[in-house]
Amino acid sequence: MSPEAIFFYLFAVMAVAFSLVTVLKRNPAVGAFSLVLVFFSFAGIYAILGAHLVAALQVVVYAGAIMVLLIFVIMLLNADSPSLDMDRTHWTLRALSLAGCATLFAFFVWAFQNGSLFPQPGQFPPQRVAELGGSTKLISYLMFTEYLYPFEVTSALILAGIVGSVTLAKRQKVKRGKA
Amino acid sequence: MISDWYVWISLLKALILIGLILQVVPGMLFIERRGSAWMQNRLGPNRLGPFGIFQGIADAVKLIFKEDFIPEHVHKLFFGLSPFVSMLPSLITFAVIPFAAPILINGETLTFQVADLDVGILFTLAIVSLGVYGVMMGGWASNSKYAMLGALRSSSQLISYELSMGLAVVSMLMVYSHITLTPMVEFQGQALFTIAGITVPKWGFLLQPVAFIIFFTCTYAETNRLPFDLPEGESEIIAGYHLEFGSMKFASYMLAEYSNMLTAAGLTVTLFFGGYQLLPGMSWLLHSLGLSGMTYEWVRVAFQATAFLIKVGFFMWTFVWIRWTLPRFRFDQVMDLGWKIMLPLALLNVFVTALLIAGGVY
Repeated sequence: MSPEAIFFYLFAVMAVAFSLVTVLKRNPAVGAFSLVLVFFSFAGIYAILGAHLVAALQVVVYAGAIMVLLIFVIMLLNADSPSLDMDRTHWTLRALSLAGCATLFAFFVWAFQNGSLFPQPGQFPPQRVAELGGSTKLISYLMFTEYLYPFEVTSALILAGIVGSVTLAKRQKVKRGKA
Repeated sequence: MISDWYVWISLLKALILIGLILQVVPGMLFIERRGSAWMQNRLGPNRLGPFGIFQGIADAVKLIFKEDFIPEHVHKLFFGLSPFVSMLPSLITFAVIPFAAPILINGETLTFQVADLDVGILFTLAIVSLGVYGVMMGGWASNSKYAMLGALRSSSQLISYELSMGLAVVSMLMVYSHITLTPMVEFQGQALFTIAGITVPKWGFLLQPVAFIIFFTCTYAETNRLPFDLPEGESEIIAGYHLEFGSMKFASYMLAEYSNMLTAAGLTVTLFFGGYQLLPGMSWLLHSLGLSGMTYEWVRVAFQATAFLIKVGFFMWTFVWIRWTLPRFRFDQVMDLGWKIMLPLALLNVFVTALLIAGGVY
Protein backbone atom coordinates (compact mmCIF):
# COMPACT_ATOMS: atom_id res chain seq x y z
CA MET A 1 0.00 0.00 0.00
CA SER A 2 1.31 3.42 -0.88
CA PRO A 3 1.84 5.91 1.97
CA GLU A 4 -1.03 8.04 0.65
CA ALA A 5 -3.39 5.08 0.91
CA ILE A 6 -2.27 4.27 4.45
CA PHE A 7 -2.84 7.83 5.59
CA PHE A 8 -6.11 8.06 3.68
CA TYR A 9 -7.53 5.00 5.46
CA LEU A 10 -6.21 6.26 8.80
CA PHE A 11 -7.88 9.64 8.44
CA ALA A 12 -11.03 8.23 6.84
CA VAL A 13 -11.58 5.74 9.66
CA MET A 14 -10.88 8.47 12.21
CA ALA A 15 -13.34 10.83 10.52
CA VAL A 16 -16.15 8.28 10.38
CA ALA A 17 -15.55 6.93 13.89
CA PHE A 18 -15.47 10.34 15.54
CA SER A 19 -18.46 11.54 13.51
CA LEU A 20 -20.41 8.63 15.00
CA VAL A 21 -19.18 9.57 18.48
CA THR A 22 -20.24 13.19 17.85
CA VAL A 23 -23.76 12.12 16.95
CA LEU A 24 -24.28 9.24 19.37
CA LYS A 25 -22.76 10.52 22.63
CA ARG A 26 -25.08 12.53 24.83
CA ASN A 27 -22.43 14.57 26.59
CA PRO A 28 -22.04 17.82 24.58
CA ALA A 29 -18.37 18.25 25.51
CA VAL A 30 -17.54 14.74 24.30
CA GLY A 31 -19.38 15.51 21.07
CA ALA A 32 -17.51 18.78 20.60
CA PHE A 33 -14.08 17.24 21.20
CA SER A 34 -14.91 14.45 18.75
CA LEU A 35 -15.99 17.00 16.18
CA VAL A 36 -12.55 18.64 16.48
CA LEU A 37 -10.96 15.29 15.64
CA VAL A 38 -13.33 14.92 12.67
CA PHE A 39 -12.23 18.32 11.33
CA PHE A 40 -8.62 17.39 11.90
CA SER A 41 -9.07 14.16 9.93
CA PHE A 42 -10.67 16.13 7.09
CA ALA A 43 -7.64 18.41 7.08
CA GLY A 44 -5.44 15.33 6.82
CA ILE A 45 -7.39 14.10 3.80
CA TYR A 46 -7.14 17.53 2.13
CA ALA A 47 -3.39 17.46 2.74
CA ILE A 48 -3.11 14.03 1.09
CA LEU A 49 -4.94 15.45 -1.93
CA GLY A 50 -2.24 18.13 -2.15
CA ALA A 51 -4.54 20.97 -1.09
CA HIS A 52 -2.27 22.16 1.70
CA LEU A 53 -3.83 25.60 1.93
CA VAL A 54 -7.35 24.18 2.32
CA ALA A 55 -6.03 21.78 4.96
CA ALA A 56 -4.33 24.58 6.89
CA LEU A 57 -7.41 26.80 6.67
CA GLN A 58 -9.63 23.90 7.75
CA VAL A 59 -7.54 23.55 10.90
CA VAL A 60 -7.18 27.31 11.51
CA VAL A 61 -10.84 28.16 11.00
CA TYR A 62 -12.83 25.09 12.03
CA ALA A 63 -10.63 23.17 14.45
CA GLY A 64 -8.76 26.22 15.74
CA ALA A 65 -11.34 28.97 16.01
CA ILE A 66 -14.94 27.84 15.73
CA MET A 67 -14.63 24.70 17.84
CA VAL A 68 -12.61 26.49 20.51
CA LEU A 69 -15.45 28.98 20.90
CA LEU A 70 -18.03 26.19 20.92
CA ILE A 71 -16.18 24.21 23.59
CA PHE A 72 -15.61 27.40 25.56
CA VAL A 73 -19.36 28.02 25.61
CA ILE A 74 -20.12 24.40 26.55
CA MET A 75 -17.60 24.56 29.37
CA LEU A 76 -18.89 27.92 30.63
CA LEU A 77 -22.51 26.75 30.59
CA ASN A 78 -21.39 23.43 32.04
CA ALA A 79 -24.04 21.78 29.90
CA ASP A 80 -23.34 18.26 31.05
CA SER A 81 -26.97 17.21 31.25
CA PRO A 82 -28.33 15.74 28.02
CA SER A 83 -30.72 18.11 26.30
CA LEU A 84 -32.06 15.76 23.65
CA ASP A 85 -33.43 12.73 25.41
CA MET A 86 -34.16 9.95 22.93
CA ASP A 87 -36.14 7.92 25.49
CA ARG A 88 -38.93 10.45 25.62
CA THR A 89 -39.51 10.62 21.88
CA HIS A 90 -42.48 8.78 20.43
CA TRP A 91 -41.77 5.52 18.58
CA THR A 92 -43.22 6.91 15.31
CA LEU A 93 -40.66 9.73 15.43
CA ARG A 94 -37.85 7.25 15.93
CA ALA A 95 -39.10 5.07 13.10
CA LEU A 96 -39.41 8.11 10.85
CA SER A 97 -35.88 9.32 11.61
CA LEU A 98 -34.48 5.84 11.01
CA ALA A 99 -36.35 5.66 7.71
CA GLY A 100 -35.02 9.10 6.78
CA CYS A 101 -31.46 8.00 7.52
CA ALA A 102 -31.89 4.82 5.49
CA THR A 103 -33.27 6.80 2.53
CA LEU A 104 -30.38 9.24 2.66
CA PHE A 105 -27.86 6.39 2.86
CA ALA A 106 -29.51 4.65 -0.11
CA PHE A 107 -29.43 7.92 -2.04
CA PHE A 108 -25.71 8.35 -1.40
CA VAL A 109 -24.99 4.77 -2.47
CA TRP A 110 -26.99 5.37 -5.65
CA ALA A 111 -25.28 8.70 -6.29
CA PHE A 112 -21.79 7.27 -5.87
CA GLN A 113 -22.56 4.32 -8.11
CA ASN A 114 -24.34 6.12 -10.91
CA GLY A 115 -23.21 9.74 -10.65
CA SER A 116 -19.96 11.13 -11.99
CA LEU A 117 -17.73 10.23 -9.04
CA PHE A 118 -14.69 11.71 -10.72
CA PRO A 119 -15.76 15.10 -12.02
CA GLN A 120 -14.01 16.66 -14.98
CA PRO A 121 -10.87 18.64 -14.08
CA GLY A 122 -11.64 22.33 -13.86
CA GLN A 123 -9.69 25.36 -14.88
CA PHE A 124 -6.74 24.50 -12.63
CA PRO A 125 -5.54 20.87 -12.81
CA PRO A 126 -2.57 19.99 -10.51
CA GLN A 127 0.06 20.52 -13.23
CA ARG A 128 -1.18 24.03 -13.96
CA VAL A 129 -1.27 24.86 -10.24
CA ALA A 130 2.34 23.72 -9.89
CA GLU A 131 3.33 25.78 -12.94
CA LEU A 132 1.74 28.90 -11.49
CA GLY A 133 3.65 28.59 -8.21
CA GLY A 134 1.59 26.42 -5.85
CA SER A 135 -1.97 26.51 -4.60
CA THR A 136 -1.34 29.07 -1.84
CA LYS A 137 0.01 31.64 -4.27
CA LEU A 138 -2.67 30.90 -6.84
CA ILE A 139 -5.59 31.09 -4.43
CA SER A 140 -4.27 34.31 -2.89
CA TYR A 141 -3.78 35.83 -6.33
CA LEU A 142 -7.28 34.88 -7.48
CA MET A 143 -8.81 36.06 -4.22
CA PHE A 144 -7.32 39.52 -4.59
CA THR A 145 -8.00 39.90 -8.32
CA GLU A 146 -10.86 37.98 -9.90
CA TYR A 147 -12.77 37.19 -6.71
CA LEU A 148 -12.07 40.39 -4.77
CA TYR A 149 -15.66 41.60 -4.93
CA PRO A 150 -17.30 38.34 -3.69
CA PHE A 151 -14.60 38.11 -1.01
CA GLU A 152 -15.33 41.60 0.30
CA VAL A 153 -19.08 41.02 0.15
CA THR A 154 -18.64 37.86 2.23
CA SER A 155 -16.69 39.77 4.86
CA ALA A 156 -19.43 42.42 4.96
CA LEU A 157 -21.98 39.62 5.40
CA ILE A 158 -20.03 38.15 8.31
CA LEU A 159 -19.73 41.59 9.89
CA ALA A 160 -23.49 42.06 9.56
CA GLY A 161 -23.96 38.67 11.24
CA ILE A 162 -21.70 39.67 14.14
CA VAL A 163 -23.47 43.01 14.61
CA GLY A 164 -26.84 41.25 14.47
CA SER A 165 -25.93 38.64 17.07
CA VAL A 166 -24.44 41.24 19.41
CA THR A 167 -27.61 43.34 19.08
CA LEU A 168 -29.82 40.35 19.88
CA ALA A 169 -27.71 39.36 22.87
CA LYS A 170 -27.62 42.91 24.24
CA ARG A 171 -31.39 43.41 23.89
CA GLN A 172 -32.14 40.29 25.89
CA LYS A 173 -29.77 41.39 28.61
CA VAL A 174 -31.40 44.83 28.88
CA LYS A 175 -34.88 43.26 29.08
CA ARG A 176 -33.77 40.89 31.81
CA GLY A 177 -32.14 43.75 33.69
CA LYS A 178 -35.38 45.77 33.68
CA ALA A 179 -37.52 42.83 34.77
CA MET B 1 3.07 9.60 -6.35
CA ILE B 2 5.61 10.06 -3.60
CA SER B 3 8.92 8.27 -4.15
CA ASP B 4 10.18 5.76 -1.56
CA TRP B 5 13.37 7.75 -1.13
CA TYR B 6 11.37 10.80 -0.07
CA VAL B 7 9.29 8.81 2.42
CA TRP B 8 12.32 7.25 4.12
CA ILE B 9 14.23 10.52 4.29
CA SER B 10 11.18 12.28 5.72
CA LEU B 11 10.72 9.54 8.31
CA LEU B 12 14.37 9.75 9.29
CA LYS B 13 14.20 13.53 9.59
CA ALA B 14 11.03 13.33 11.68
CA LEU B 15 12.62 10.79 14.04
CA ILE B 16 15.78 12.86 14.43
CA LEU B 17 13.73 15.99 15.10
CA ILE B 18 11.46 14.36 17.68
CA GLY B 19 14.49 12.81 19.36
CA LEU B 20 16.14 16.21 19.46
CA ILE B 21 13.06 17.89 20.96
CA LEU B 22 12.67 15.19 23.60
CA GLN B 23 16.36 15.48 24.48
CA VAL B 24 16.10 19.22 24.89
CA VAL B 25 13.37 18.94 27.54
CA PRO B 26 15.36 17.38 30.43
CA GLY B 27 18.34 19.57 29.57
CA MET B 28 16.13 22.62 29.64
CA LEU B 29 14.60 21.58 32.96
CA PHE B 30 18.09 21.37 34.41
CA ILE B 31 19.04 24.77 33.01
CA GLU B 32 15.80 26.24 34.33
CA ARG B 33 16.36 24.92 37.85
CA ARG B 34 20.04 25.81 38.03
CA GLY B 35 19.41 29.14 36.30
CA SER B 36 16.68 30.10 38.73
CA ALA B 37 18.89 29.07 41.63
CA TRP B 38 21.72 31.16 40.25
CA MET B 39 19.45 34.20 39.90
CA GLN B 40 18.07 33.80 43.40
CA ASN B 41 21.45 33.12 45.00
CA ARG B 42 20.61 29.48 45.75
CA LEU B 43 22.37 26.28 44.70
CA GLY B 44 19.64 24.26 42.94
CA PRO B 45 20.02 20.56 42.12
CA ASN B 46 23.79 19.96 42.27
CA ARG B 47 24.17 16.44 43.66
CA LEU B 48 23.73 14.02 40.79
CA GLY B 49 26.70 13.98 38.43
CA PRO B 50 28.94 16.96 37.66
CA PHE B 51 27.00 20.16 38.46
CA GLY B 52 23.92 17.98 38.87
CA ILE B 53 23.35 17.46 35.15
CA PHE B 54 21.91 13.98 35.68
CA GLN B 55 19.03 15.42 37.69
CA GLY B 56 16.86 15.40 34.55
CA ILE B 57 17.37 11.66 34.08
CA ALA B 58 16.57 11.03 37.74
CA ASP B 59 13.39 13.09 37.42
CA ALA B 60 12.31 11.23 34.29
CA VAL B 61 12.91 7.83 35.93
CA LYS B 62 10.99 8.94 39.00
CA LEU B 63 8.03 10.14 36.91
CA ILE B 64 7.92 6.94 34.85
CA PHE B 65 7.88 4.68 37.92
CA LYS B 66 5.33 6.69 39.88
CA GLU B 67 1.85 5.24 40.24
CA ASP B 68 -0.38 6.35 37.36
CA PHE B 69 -3.23 7.47 39.58
CA ILE B 70 -6.57 8.35 38.00
CA PRO B 71 -8.97 10.18 40.33
CA GLU B 72 -12.49 8.82 40.75
CA HIS B 73 -14.37 11.88 39.50
CA VAL B 74 -12.68 12.43 36.11
CA HIS B 75 -13.87 11.69 32.58
CA LYS B 76 -11.69 8.63 31.97
CA LEU B 77 -11.25 8.78 28.18
CA PHE B 78 -10.45 12.46 27.87
CA PHE B 79 -8.40 12.49 31.06
CA GLY B 80 -6.14 9.87 29.51
CA LEU B 81 -6.15 11.51 26.10
CA SER B 82 -5.49 15.14 27.05
CA PRO B 83 -1.73 14.90 27.84
CA PHE B 84 -1.14 13.48 24.36
CA VAL B 85 -3.44 16.02 22.75
CA SER B 86 -1.37 18.76 24.33
CA MET B 87 1.95 17.10 23.44
CA LEU B 88 1.15 16.35 19.80
CA PRO B 89 0.88 19.92 18.39
CA SER B 90 4.03 20.96 20.22
CA LEU B 91 5.96 18.16 18.53
CA ILE B 92 4.46 18.71 15.06
CA THR B 93 5.01 22.46 14.80
CA PHE B 94 8.77 22.24 14.41
CA ALA B 95 8.33 20.26 11.17
CA VAL B 96 8.43 23.29 8.87
CA ILE B 97 11.33 25.15 10.49
CA PRO B 98 14.54 24.86 8.44
CA PHE B 99 17.81 24.09 10.23
CA ALA B 100 20.09 24.83 7.28
CA ALA B 101 19.92 25.76 3.61
CA PRO B 102 19.07 22.87 1.25
CA ILE B 103 21.93 20.82 -0.17
CA LEU B 104 22.14 19.25 -3.65
CA ILE B 105 23.14 15.56 -3.69
CA ASN B 106 23.33 13.89 -7.13
CA GLY B 107 20.63 16.17 -8.49
CA GLU B 108 18.26 15.58 -5.56
CA THR B 109 17.65 18.44 -3.15
CA LEU B 110 17.90 17.53 0.51
CA THR B 111 16.12 20.06 2.71
CA PHE B 112 16.94 20.37 6.39
CA GLN B 113 13.39 20.55 7.57
CA VAL B 114 10.92 17.69 7.89
CA ALA B 115 8.30 19.08 5.53
CA ASP B 116 8.78 21.95 3.08
CA LEU B 117 5.07 22.66 2.84
CA ASP B 118 3.53 24.99 0.31
CA VAL B 119 1.64 26.74 3.12
CA GLY B 120 4.72 27.23 5.29
CA ILE B 121 3.99 29.48 8.22
CA LEU B 122 0.22 28.92 7.93
CA PHE B 123 0.82 25.31 8.94
CA THR B 124 2.54 26.51 12.08
CA LEU B 125 -0.31 28.88 12.93
CA ALA B 126 -2.83 26.09 12.32
CA ILE B 127 -1.09 23.61 14.59
CA VAL B 128 -0.41 26.23 17.26
CA SER B 129 -4.14 26.94 17.36
CA LEU B 130 -4.72 23.26 18.23
CA GLY B 131 -2.50 23.54 21.31
CA VAL B 132 -5.38 24.95 23.33
CA TYR B 133 -7.30 21.65 23.17
CA GLY B 134 -4.89 19.73 25.37
CA VAL B 135 -5.32 22.32 28.09
CA MET B 136 -9.09 22.65 27.66
CA MET B 137 -9.62 18.91 27.50
CA GLY B 138 -7.41 18.33 30.55
CA GLY B 139 -9.12 21.01 32.60
CA TRP B 140 -12.59 19.87 31.66
CA ALA B 141 -11.93 16.13 32.02
CA SER B 142 -10.41 16.66 35.49
CA ASN B 143 -13.87 17.74 36.65
CA SER B 144 -12.56 19.94 39.45
CA LYS B 145 -12.96 23.65 40.09
CA TYR B 146 -9.31 24.70 39.99
CA ALA B 147 -8.58 22.70 36.87
CA MET B 148 -11.63 24.18 35.19
CA LEU B 149 -10.58 27.73 36.13
CA GLY B 150 -7.13 27.06 34.74
CA ALA B 151 -8.55 25.69 31.51
CA LEU B 152 -10.88 28.68 31.07
CA ARG B 153 -8.06 31.12 31.78
CA SER B 154 -5.77 29.32 29.40
CA SER B 155 -8.20 29.12 26.53
CA SER B 156 -9.20 32.78 26.73
CA GLN B 157 -5.54 33.79 26.97
CA LEU B 158 -4.47 31.61 24.03
CA ILE B 159 -7.31 32.84 21.81
CA SER B 160 -6.58 36.48 22.67
CA TYR B 161 -2.88 36.34 21.92
CA GLU B 162 -3.15 34.10 18.85
CA LEU B 163 -4.76 37.01 16.98
CA SER B 164 -1.94 39.46 17.64
CA MET B 165 0.64 36.78 16.92
CA GLY B 166 -1.03 36.01 13.59
CA LEU B 167 -1.09 39.71 12.68
CA ALA B 168 2.59 40.10 13.58
CA VAL B 169 3.32 37.18 11.26
CA VAL B 170 1.17 38.82 8.56
CA SER B 171 3.32 41.94 8.59
CA MET B 172 6.42 39.74 8.27
CA LEU B 173 4.84 37.92 5.32
CA MET B 174 4.23 41.28 3.67
CA VAL B 175 7.87 42.27 4.07
CA TYR B 176 9.31 38.93 2.93
CA SER B 177 6.54 38.36 0.32
CA HIS B 178 7.00 34.63 0.91
CA ILE B 179 4.87 32.22 2.92
CA THR B 180 7.36 29.36 3.16
CA LEU B 181 10.14 29.61 5.72
CA THR B 182 13.26 28.85 3.66
CA PRO B 183 12.84 31.86 1.30
CA MET B 184 12.16 34.00 4.38
CA VAL B 185 15.50 33.00 5.83
CA GLU B 186 17.20 33.52 2.46
CA PHE B 187 15.69 37.00 2.31
CA GLN B 188 17.21 37.79 5.70
CA GLY B 189 20.65 36.93 4.32
CA GLN B 190 20.68 40.09 2.18
CA ALA B 191 22.60 43.14 3.31
CA LEU B 192 20.64 45.98 4.90
CA PHE B 193 23.51 48.45 4.93
CA THR B 194 27.28 48.45 5.32
CA ILE B 195 29.19 50.68 7.72
CA ALA B 196 33.01 50.62 7.81
CA GLY B 197 33.23 47.16 6.28
CA ILE B 198 30.66 45.65 8.63
CA THR B 199 27.58 44.39 6.79
CA VAL B 200 24.33 44.46 8.73
CA PRO B 201 21.96 41.79 7.36
CA LYS B 202 18.23 42.25 6.78
CA TRP B 203 17.19 40.35 9.86
CA GLY B 204 13.48 40.58 10.65
CA PHE B 205 13.77 42.42 13.96
CA LEU B 206 15.62 45.27 12.23
CA LEU B 207 12.98 45.56 9.53
CA GLN B 208 9.96 45.10 11.79
CA PRO B 209 10.82 45.94 15.41
CA VAL B 210 7.17 46.40 16.41
CA ALA B 211 6.17 43.04 14.93
CA PHE B 212 9.07 41.46 16.81
CA ILE B 213 7.96 42.89 20.15
CA ILE B 214 4.37 41.76 19.56
CA PHE B 215 5.41 38.29 18.42
CA PHE B 216 7.87 37.87 21.28
CA THR B 217 5.27 38.84 23.88
CA CYS B 218 2.66 36.59 22.29
CA THR B 219 4.97 33.57 22.33
CA TYR B 220 5.21 33.95 26.10
CA ALA B 221 1.43 34.07 26.38
CA GLU B 222 1.02 31.13 24.00
CA THR B 223 3.48 28.94 25.89
CA ASN B 224 1.91 29.79 29.28
CA ARG B 225 5.24 31.03 30.56
CA LEU B 226 5.71 33.75 33.14
CA PRO B 227 4.64 36.54 33.19
CA PHE B 228 1.67 34.83 31.49
CA ASP B 229 1.46 31.63 33.53
CA LEU B 230 -2.05 32.36 34.82
CA PRO B 231 -3.45 28.99 33.69
CA GLU B 232 -1.13 27.37 36.26
CA GLY B 233 -0.81 30.20 38.79
CA GLU B 234 0.18 27.99 41.71
CA SER B 235 -0.47 30.69 44.31
CA GLU B 236 -4.02 31.26 43.03
CA ILE B 237 -5.37 28.06 41.50
CA ILE B 238 -2.70 25.59 42.72
CA ALA B 239 -1.63 24.17 39.35
CA GLY B 240 -4.58 24.99 37.13
CA TYR B 241 -5.39 22.65 34.29
CA HIS B 242 -2.87 19.94 35.19
CA LEU B 243 -3.74 19.86 38.88
CA GLU B 244 -5.21 16.34 38.80
CA PHE B 245 -2.47 14.82 36.65
CA GLY B 246 0.33 12.77 38.11
CA SER B 247 3.31 10.69 37.02
CA MET B 248 3.85 10.43 33.25
CA LYS B 249 0.65 12.37 32.46
CA PHE B 250 2.03 15.37 34.32
CA ALA B 251 5.38 14.78 32.64
CA SER B 252 3.65 14.90 29.24
CA TYR B 253 2.26 18.31 30.09
CA MET B 254 5.74 19.45 31.09
CA LEU B 255 7.11 18.00 27.87
CA ALA B 256 4.46 19.89 25.92
CA GLU B 257 5.35 23.15 27.67
CA TYR B 258 9.07 22.81 26.99
CA SER B 259 8.70 21.66 23.39
CA ASN B 260 6.31 24.57 22.85
CA MET B 261 9.04 26.86 24.15
CA LEU B 262 11.48 25.27 21.73
CA THR B 263 9.10 25.79 18.83
CA ALA B 264 8.45 29.38 19.89
CA ALA B 265 12.19 30.05 20.07
CA GLY B 266 12.69 28.36 16.68
CA LEU B 267 9.97 30.49 15.10
CA THR B 268 11.28 33.69 16.65
CA VAL B 269 14.74 32.94 15.27
CA THR B 270 13.42 31.98 11.83
CA LEU B 271 11.13 34.98 11.45
CA PHE B 272 13.18 37.68 13.13
CA PHE B 273 16.79 36.61 13.65
CA GLY B 274 17.84 35.27 10.29
CA GLY B 275 17.10 31.60 10.96
CA TYR B 276 20.14 29.57 9.92
CA GLN B 277 22.04 32.63 8.62
CA LEU B 278 25.52 32.57 10.09
CA LEU B 279 26.39 34.64 13.13
CA PRO B 280 29.03 37.39 12.88
CA GLY B 281 32.48 35.84 12.51
CA MET B 282 31.21 32.43 11.45
CA SER B 283 31.17 33.20 7.73
CA TRP B 284 34.75 34.48 8.00
CA LEU B 285 35.72 31.23 9.72
CA LEU B 286 33.90 29.16 7.08
CA HIS B 287 35.69 30.92 4.22
CA SER B 288 39.08 30.82 5.87
CA LEU B 289 38.86 27.01 6.08
CA GLY B 290 39.39 27.02 2.31
CA LEU B 291 37.13 24.07 1.50
CA SER B 292 35.41 23.37 -1.81
CA GLY B 293 32.89 21.04 -3.44
CA MET B 294 30.77 18.69 -1.32
CA THR B 295 33.01 19.04 1.74
CA TYR B 296 32.36 22.76 1.73
CA GLU B 297 28.62 22.16 1.38
CA TRP B 298 28.47 19.78 4.35
CA VAL B 299 30.63 22.05 6.53
CA ARG B 300 28.35 24.93 5.55
CA VAL B 301 25.32 22.90 6.67
CA ALA B 302 27.03 22.14 9.99
CA PHE B 303 27.86 25.82 10.46
CA GLN B 304 24.31 26.91 9.65
CA ALA B 305 22.78 24.32 11.98
CA THR B 306 25.15 25.44 14.73
CA ALA B 307 24.24 29.10 14.17
CA PHE B 308 20.54 28.19 14.29
CA LEU B 309 20.94 26.18 17.49
CA ILE B 310 22.96 28.94 19.17
CA LYS B 311 20.22 31.46 18.39
CA VAL B 312 17.49 29.07 19.57
CA GLY B 313 19.52 28.39 22.72
CA PHE B 314 19.68 32.11 23.42
CA PHE B 315 15.91 32.44 23.19
CA MET B 316 15.42 29.35 25.34
CA TRP B 317 17.59 31.02 27.94
CA THR B 318 15.49 34.18 27.58
CA PHE B 319 12.44 32.14 28.61
CA VAL B 320 14.22 31.19 31.85
CA TRP B 321 15.63 34.67 32.30
CA ILE B 322 12.23 36.36 32.03
CA ARG B 323 10.48 33.72 34.14
CA TRP B 324 12.71 34.41 37.11
CA THR B 325 12.75 38.19 36.60
CA LEU B 326 9.14 39.30 36.10
CA PRO B 327 6.20 38.62 38.43
CA ARG B 328 2.89 37.21 37.16
CA PHE B 329 0.25 39.50 35.65
CA ARG B 330 -3.28 39.79 37.00
CA PHE B 331 -5.86 38.27 34.70
CA ASP B 332 -7.49 41.58 33.77
CA GLN B 333 -4.04 42.95 32.94
CA VAL B 334 -3.45 40.02 30.58
CA MET B 335 -6.74 40.64 28.82
CA ASP B 336 -6.18 44.41 28.64
CA LEU B 337 -2.70 43.92 27.22
CA GLY B 338 -3.95 41.40 24.68
CA TRP B 339 -7.03 43.17 23.40
CA LYS B 340 -6.40 46.88 24.05
CA ILE B 341 -2.68 47.16 23.35
CA MET B 342 -1.36 44.18 21.38
CA LEU B 343 -4.21 43.79 18.91
CA PRO B 344 -4.57 47.49 17.90
CA LEU B 345 -0.79 47.78 17.74
CA ALA B 346 -0.54 44.71 15.52
CA LEU B 347 -3.31 46.02 13.23
CA LEU B 348 -1.63 49.40 13.04
CA ASN B 349 1.67 47.71 12.29
CA VAL B 350 0.14 45.79 9.38
CA PHE B 351 -1.35 49.03 8.06
CA VAL B 352 1.88 50.99 8.37
CA THR B 353 3.83 48.12 6.78
CA ALA B 354 1.43 48.17 3.84
CA LEU B 355 1.94 51.93 3.48
CA LEU B 356 5.73 51.53 3.65
CA ILE B 357 5.67 48.77 1.03
CA ALA B 358 3.46 50.91 -1.21
CA GLY B 359 5.91 53.78 -0.66
CA GLY B 360 8.79 51.51 -1.68
CA VAL B 361 10.67 51.56 1.63
CA TYR B 362 11.03 47.78 1.94
